[in-house]
Amino acid sequence: MTLKTITLTVNDLVETVDVPQNMTLLQMIREKLSLTGTKNGCAAGECGACTVLMNGEPVNSCMVLAAECEGANIVTVEGLAKAGKLSTLQDTIIEAGGVQCGFCTPGMLISATALLKRNPNPTDSEIRSAIVGNLCRCTGYVRIVDAIKMAAK
Amino acid sequence: MANAKSKEQVVNPIGASFTRNDVYEKVTGSAVYADDIQFGNKLLYARAKRSPYPHALIKKIDISKAEVLPGVKVVVTGKDFPNRIGLYLQDKTIFATDRVRFIGEPVAAVAAISEEVAMKAVELIEVEYEELEAVFDAEFGASDKAPLIHPDLDKYVCPNFIFPKAGTNIANHFKIRKGDVSSAWDKCAHVVERSFKVPHIQHVPIETHIAIAQMDEKGKVTVWASSQSPFAQRNLIAHALHISQSDLRVIAPLVGGGFGSKAGVTMEAIPVALATKCKGWPVKFLLTREEEFYTNFVRQGLTIHVKVGCDKEGNLLALKNIMYWDGGASTEYGTNVTRAGGYSSSGPYDIPNVETDSICVYTNHPIGGAYRGFGMSELHTGLDQAIDELAEKAGVDKVTFLKKNGVAEGDVLVTGMIMHKNGIQECIDNVAKSLNFNEKEKPSSPDRLRGKGIAAMWKAPAMPPNPGSSAWVEMSEDGNVTVGLGGQEIGQGTFTVMAQMAAAALGVPYDKVRIAGPVDTQYSPYEWQTVASRLTWSMGNAVVLAAKDARRQILETVAEAWKESTDDLDIINGVVVSYKSERETSLENIVIYGMPKENNEGWTGGPIVGRGSFMPKYVTNLDAETGQGPRAVVHYTVGCEGLDIEIDKNTGTIYVLKGAASFDVGKAINPALVKAQVEGGFAQGLSSAMFEEIKLVKGVMTNPSFVDYRIATAPDMDFPLDTPFVEVPQDDGPWGARGVGEHPMVPTIAALGNAIYDATGIRLTNPPYSAEKIYLAMLDKGLVK
Repeated sequence: MTLKTITLTVNDLVETVDVPQNMTLLQMIREKLSLTGTKNGCAAGECGACTVLMNGEPVNSCMVLAAECEGANIVTVEGLAKAGKLSTLQDTIIEAGGVQCGFCTPGMLISATALLKRNPNPTDSEIRSAIVGNLCRCTGYVRIVDAIKMAAK
Repeated sequence: MANAKSKEQVVNPIGASFTRNDVYEKVTGSAVYADDIQFGNKLLYARAKRSPYPHALIKKIDISKAEVLPGVKVVVTGKDFPNRIGLYLQDKTIFATDRVRFIGEPVAAVAAISEEVAMKAVELIEVEYEELEAVFDAEFGASDKAPLIHPDLDKYVCPNFIFPKAGTNIANHFKIRKGDVSSAWDKCAHVVERSFKVPHIQHVPIETHIAIAQMDEKGKVTVWASSQSPFAQRNLIAHALHISQSDLRVIAPLVGGGFGSKAGVTMEAIPVALATKCKGWPVKFLLTREEEFYTNFVRQGLTIHVKVGCDKEGNLLALKNIMYWDGGASTEYGTNVTRAGGYSSSGPYDIPNVETDSICVYTNHPIGGAYRGFGMSELHTGLDQAIDELAEKAGVDKVTFLKKNGVAEGDVLVTGMIMHKNGIQECIDNVAKSLNFNEKEKPSSPDRLRGKGIAAMWKAPAMPPNPGSSAWVEMSEDGNVTVGLGGQEIGQGTFTVMAQMAAAALGVPYDKVRIAGPVDTQYSPYEWQTVASRLTWSMGNAVVLAAKDARRQILETVAEAWKESTDDLDIINGVVVSYKSERETSLENIVIYGMPKENNEGWTGGPIVGRGSFMPKYVTNLDAETGQGPRAVVHYTVGCEGLDIEIDKNTGTIYVLKGAASFDVGKAINPALVKAQVEGGFAQGLSSAMFEEIKLVKGVMTNPSFVDYRIATAPDMDFPLDTPFVEVPQDDGPWGARGVGEHPMVPTIAALGNAIYDATGIRLTNPPYSAEKIYLAMLDKGLVK
């Protein structure tokens, strides 16, 4: 398998990485960059645990080939806090009690971050649609939606 | 010297909705789950060769081509690991040995330098099978026409409360014979007889199963696993491999969801088996989502025949329950689900005459294990819908019917056990009030039908009679407290609740308490398993005992140093105070170095280490023919759920207008966490009611992905959900607490089935209650054209 060298920005840092042609962005993030906050839930683009921001848009990183990310701007859960200060969403999801096992949390935070960027004042329905692709088995989504509403205020 | 700390506002940790102590890591992505642990370049990757047949003899396995593939380190088959293990009935081997019993059963495994090489090697393993006639239905499997799946059943070791029938596919037959059911029917004014079929479903933890194992040169094994049962895994894997328990160390990091799937032992044994053949190399096995769906643990299917009768006032008189549990290829765990289904077969109702046959049957289906509810959801799906119909037949409104028959303190239960004080009446009232239940309300449009459904439930922790918890408490020079425990943080919030309890029992603020994690069987004190909704009650008791032991040591030290009585001393906010002399000293000053005695008489005290151990002592066995015994279980948690729904006549789609769920938790140590459990359980219950089904066709799961196996998403939960809890104290629970983790998922299918009936007059007996089923049923009945 030939390696391709790509240069991209991940959490505000420029990275140069050699990736096999069939390596997914998720695998690159976790294995090459050791950023294990982004999770593998299904490797098929259906559960959302692997959601990252790619050029501002939420994507299932298990469905993106790393080799296609030349010049991309990637944000993972590790990039949400700035200089040790949690983002508003990270604070509100803690306060609202929207974290139980935590496995869906990184992907959920990324999708919610993208939502509030494009729609700072979403309705309840818009919030739920924005996270429809982030499966959670623990919370019933109740306090996650509360947290996003809280952050929007 | 006076210390201002003791005068600060003291918040009682018991009943406080404190922020969880594990969330900072989780929201920043720094929380470590098993797949996040870094093992370096030596890490090998495992993949399994799996059976394509539901039932077949293994004639030959040829691993020679796989072994020589470059990058392959080890290939193993079942012949090296013949020992049978199991939590209850020991019927399981790590790999199939002489025959395969379900599609997906592991037959061999490979450890290689990459997943890709391991997958290629698996394809090079050649297996010759001779297909056998298979069993795909539990009732058929129980009959004498069915081929035997475990011909050696009589040789399997099992505890004396499990009753397998040699020469059959019946792995357990639990019986209740209370009163005289056959003569009771004549006294019944109304009788309902119904059958329900509850399909297999899967737990769907967002983190799939994972284990990494390494054996060192001396033969000692370390396992890192996403696990609800590190100590049980240590025990069972040691048995399987003829290793001594203390030579097998299980380290259990945070778990990304369990719901019972990560209890007992399943795939964890596979990387251990591989590791024994490549000493010094860690081997990682991570299940794919497809493997998670059907190769490991599922919730068994149930066919339940219910016959229930009442007098003309609506008092329940008789219940006959026949339950055939589709246990799958191995019932080492499922045999106890059958038992629990049996000894709780009345539901939370006082019924004088009960006849139950709860039968666990081997089939060539995926393996039924522990699933949130442990048989209760399946049972209540049938029982609570039959009771709903009976109430209607008797002309008694549903709420009155449930309340009239709700089990009360002093009632004799189906096993002869006497019921304790409980809040079933308040739970039912809460749900009825929340949904305005007895008011028939109009649908929002002529295109819709509207209905309300209610169902009550109960569950006892399903355990052997002697499951133990233990804990230690120690402190450091900064006054922080560390609690050692063996239970797992699987999302339920146990690390937080244990810290709250230790804080309260010791007399320190909540945020001074840390949990010694990750749980590590080498250092952590024993805990039976993180299952059965038992930790708050059982491990809580152990933690409180340990904290009180530490407190006693501290007060005795101070009493001796100050020449006072411990009766006059207290610990408040981390400060020891004397009510008599008004002296104070901070814990930091005492807990490591002890205290100097007065008048140069030396020292007293020393490092404080508190310990606690809890095991219920009063659970008894039950008679094999009648199921009667003085004390079947430790206690019951009761509850009730209700749904107010609309059904679209054009599509059969259900729109939930409101949900209500109320449970008697004894004492809510952290109310927000109790509500969070109820919300999540309700969602999982609703998901099983509306969407979930493992579609098995001749033993093949035809929908092993999220595309075709749908679980509830955020828009599906778009309705208000009331979750008022009730607190009737548990006599031997910490501050009266008992568990609630499983219970919110139990009555939801029945509540929805009852709501659908109320809206349409149609009783759907086979969940999930999909839009398609509802629409076709309405079409059939002429409700729509």
